[in-house]
Amino acid sequence: MSTNYEVIIGLEVHLQLNTKSKLFCGCSTKFGEEPNANTCPVCLGMPGTLPVINERAVEYALMACRATDCKINQYNKFDRKNYYYPDLPKGYQISQFDLPIGFDGAVTIETEDGYKDIGLTRIHLEEDAGKLIHAGSVADSDHSLVDFNRGGVPLIEIVSEPDLRTPAEAKAYLDALKQIMLYLGISDCNMEEGSLRCDANVSIRPEGQEEFGVKVEVKNMNSFKAVENALSYEVERQKKMLENGDVISQETRSWDDTSNKTVLMRGKEEADDYRYFPEPDLMPLEISDQWIKETDDNLPELPLAKKERFIEDYELPEYDAEVLTDDFKLANLFEETVGNYSNPKEVSNWLMGEFLKLLNEEGISPDESNITGNNLASLLKLIDDGTISSKIAKDVFEEMFNTGKEPEAIVEEKGLTQISDEDKLVEIINNILDENQDVVEEIQSGNERPVGFLVGQVMKETRGKANPQLANKLIREEVAKR
Amino acid sequence: MEIYEMNLRQLIEAREKGEITPEEITDAFINRIGAVEDDVKGFVSKLEDSSGVEIKDIGELKGIPIAVKDNMATLDFPTSCSSKLLEGYVTPYEGTAVKKLKEAGAVIAGKTNMDEFAMGSSTENSGFMTSRNPWNLDHLPGGSSGGSAAVVAAGEVPAALGSDTGGSIRQPAAFTGLVGLKPTYGSVSRYGLVAFASSLDQIGPLTRNVKDAALMLNILAGRDQMDSTSADVEHPDYLEEIEQDISGFKFGVPEGYLELDIHPDVKARVEEAIEKIKENGGEVVEVELPPADQALAIYYIIAPAEASSNLARFDGVRYGQRLGDADIEEMYRQTRNEGFGSEVKRRIMLGTYALSAGYQDELYKKALKVRTLIRDQYKAVFEEVDFIITPTCPTPAFKKGEERDPLETYLTDIFTVPANITGSPAISLPAGFSEDGLPVGVQLIGSAFSEKRLLQAANSLENILDIDNPVQLK
Repeated sequence: MSTNYEVIIGLEVHLQLNTKSKLFCGCSTKFGEEPNANTCPVCLGMPGTLPVINERAVEYALMACRATDCKINQYNKFDRKNYYYPDLPKGYQISQFDLPIGFDGAVTIETEDGYKDIGLTRIHLEEDAGKLIHAGSVADSDHSLVDFNRGGVPLIEIVSEPDLRTPAEAKAYLDALKQIMLYLGISDCNMEEGSLRCDANVSIRPEGQEEFGVKVEVKNMNSFKAVENALSYEVERQKKMLENGDVISQETRSWDDTSNKTVLMRGKEEADDYRYFPEPDLMPLEISDQWIKETDDNLPELPLAKKERFIEDYELPEYDAEVLTDDFKLANLFEETVGNYSNPKEVSNWLMGEFLKLLNEEGISPDESNITGNNLASLLKLIDDGTISSKIAKDVFEEMFNTGKEPEAIVEEKGLTQISDEDKLVEIINNILDENQDVVEEIQSGNERPVGFLVGQVMKETRGKANPQLANKLIREEVAKR
Repeated sequence: MEIYEMNLRQLIEAREKGEITPEEITDAFINRIGAVEDDVKGFVSKLEDSSGVEIKDIGELKGIPIAVKDNMATLDFPTSCSSKLLEGYVTPYEGTAVKKLKEAGAVIAGKTNMDEFAMGSSTENSGFMTSRNPWNLDHLPGGSSGGSAAVVAAGEVPAALGSDTGGSIRQPAAFTGLVGLKPTYGSVSRYGLVAFASSLDQIGPLTRNVKDAALMLNILAGRDQMDSTSADVEHPDYLEEIEQDISGFKFGVPEGYLELDIHPDVKARVEEAIEKIKENGGEVVEVELPPADQALAIYYIIAPAEASSNLARFDGVRYGQRLGDADIEEMYRQTRNEGFGSEVKRRIMLGTYALSAGYQDELYKKALKVRTLIRDQYKAVFEEVDFIITPTCPTPAFKKGEERDPLETYLTDIFTVPANITGSPAISLPAGFSEDGLPVGVQLIGSAFSEKRLLQAANSLENILDIDNPVQLK
């Protein structure tokens, strides 16, 4: 008889805030510079230097908190987390301990059973450490180098409640969280560059059991997919252990992307004692009601609300709304276009079809192309008034995408205007009919199929500029006259 | 009068009148350093001659050499905190206080010896050498700013910067017959001061008299963007209207303080000072303050706790001495074990213990609560009186080579520590001498940012006490 297990997952996400300068000094936070180029006496922890808070980082953290419905500790302070590591220049990290900036929040995710709120225990602000570069592997390298470019970059740590029940939910939570933070514009959320990092706590318990199972921490997952895979692996591993009568031990495991396994990093040690105490070099930070209110007032519309509104206001199918709001830049382009053109579904089709196709080919984001709400709307109007065909419009769109030229200018320049002049078309059609006497006879004998062939000939002759519907109609009329 | 015997204001006056040039001032003091420094041992690094000295044509300190304690960042000299671990280390930047002195035209004469990382009250904890008291070379100048006190008392410079975490400016000033001012916490930027205990440290001047202290504070005080704990307050001209009559001030003598274990000569000088205040129309009343040992007890929890964290950066990774290359653990262990002296290690251990899980509530957190209570009590007393008057130190200068156990030494901070705990400004000025001819200091403590009145009161007390404290080793 096999037991059903309930899976309990909680995630800790570290997010680098994309402020221009570091949390406690004026150094640049730019990624990819020469090692130790972005450093100064303060972020190198030189003796005698002092931290000065970057208010923009507090503002960003506050935005993250309010966008995830966190309550705010209005009396805010920083604490020192003391530990030795070569990438930590002061021998302590300035972090927040008992009074995180935000607490008791939630992120809504979509599951198969609908919306589900994942609780947030806390969001706190802290400085990032530097980065060690080992000569060879950690174990056998004879020296290591330190790059402090990352040291002192502002981070928020977002700790979820153990509310996630499947690896898929964990991934959905990360997607939702990332989407919110990108909407806020406070982080690049780039796991490869390390601006988003995620550790997971996972345990299982027999269904119906009150107390939690033994918690295992999983680290070193470098994509959302890896998080999902690692958790799936870990859940199965734990199930097998319990079914074999083994005892799960509290430990930290590392995800190995090549073998697709978690491997033991370290067992349960004595609890680390970080000797937290209030940072005496910084004054406590008062977050006023006014500041919170201003933050709330200035929050952008968040992904879920936008999606719901797109369905409601533009009568879009849920799928369209989902795709369009996935990236707020795409959503913005949609709304700009709709502001100049009254058929939202048509706009949605173009954006989800041609536009995303070209974006993918170029590997760029919606605001990096030359398409604007204005020029897309103009293009759609040219189709509607018969100036160009839908087919030609695609070519025009690509040209707009690449060059940023107005559609009218492209059509003019390349002579793409659709021929809707009946007299002119009739002349062309009659020339073609003269050359295809056999086809004319076939049609006259009742077989309509070759009409399409003749339309094709007309399109070829006009280099695609003929209005195909009109050509079809006129061919039938002219054939009938003969 | 020799140039090296002049105080700051005399030098400025003579220079303004054209009686001496800035170059002559610089040269006179450099020569004086050459003449007596071997006996005094106040400098760990210093100007050897005036060849490289650039005298800027700016500021009221133009050409005047000022000595700086070895825990303040300078570009021209190493900043070693008199620790072997940082021997020869030059910071890549300059601290705010030093920068302000230079902007006022001062010539930085060198870095002065101190108890390692400012932990101690004698300079015997220096990793390099022990400084001497110019009043009697068998005695110590006190500490931790002992080198700064010694070089001013010997006329090697007319003024020096010290730092005061629990009395480290005032006690050496008292031991060497000088004026030592610890400004209100936040008056002077700490940027560039290598931290001992961040919530207690404050930079201040050691000078020959109160007016020179006011002159120095005019240069040093002010909000600094680089130090979040520096206060955004208006600093008045501290010299202006400094001449006031003592009758305008009310002094409080803490009940029971003079009955503590104090050297009889110290007690006598402070009692005489109190009498003189009364004779000259000043008001003196008894006030109730928390037991003196209470502030001392929490000081020796809070200061080591902060120090244990502040000194964690000295790990051999980026600067200073690095020893042990077997692995990272070994590097940390050897670098710190051999780089730090025993007093520094003792305090790191005390502080680590006070912050550790299981002890933090009973020690560190409780100390913070008591700190708040003491602050409140001082605040209440300053509703009644303008200043608190106490001895600066229970004894005159220690004799060199005397055995003192650490606890006994800690007790000598009993009168100075409360001003650091409460953040109050405090000043030590000469009150006379012991029977052995060693200087004795009297201390005035004021409420936060009351430096203007504190300096007025100290100046008037200095006037009525009229102590002769000439340059020594002539």
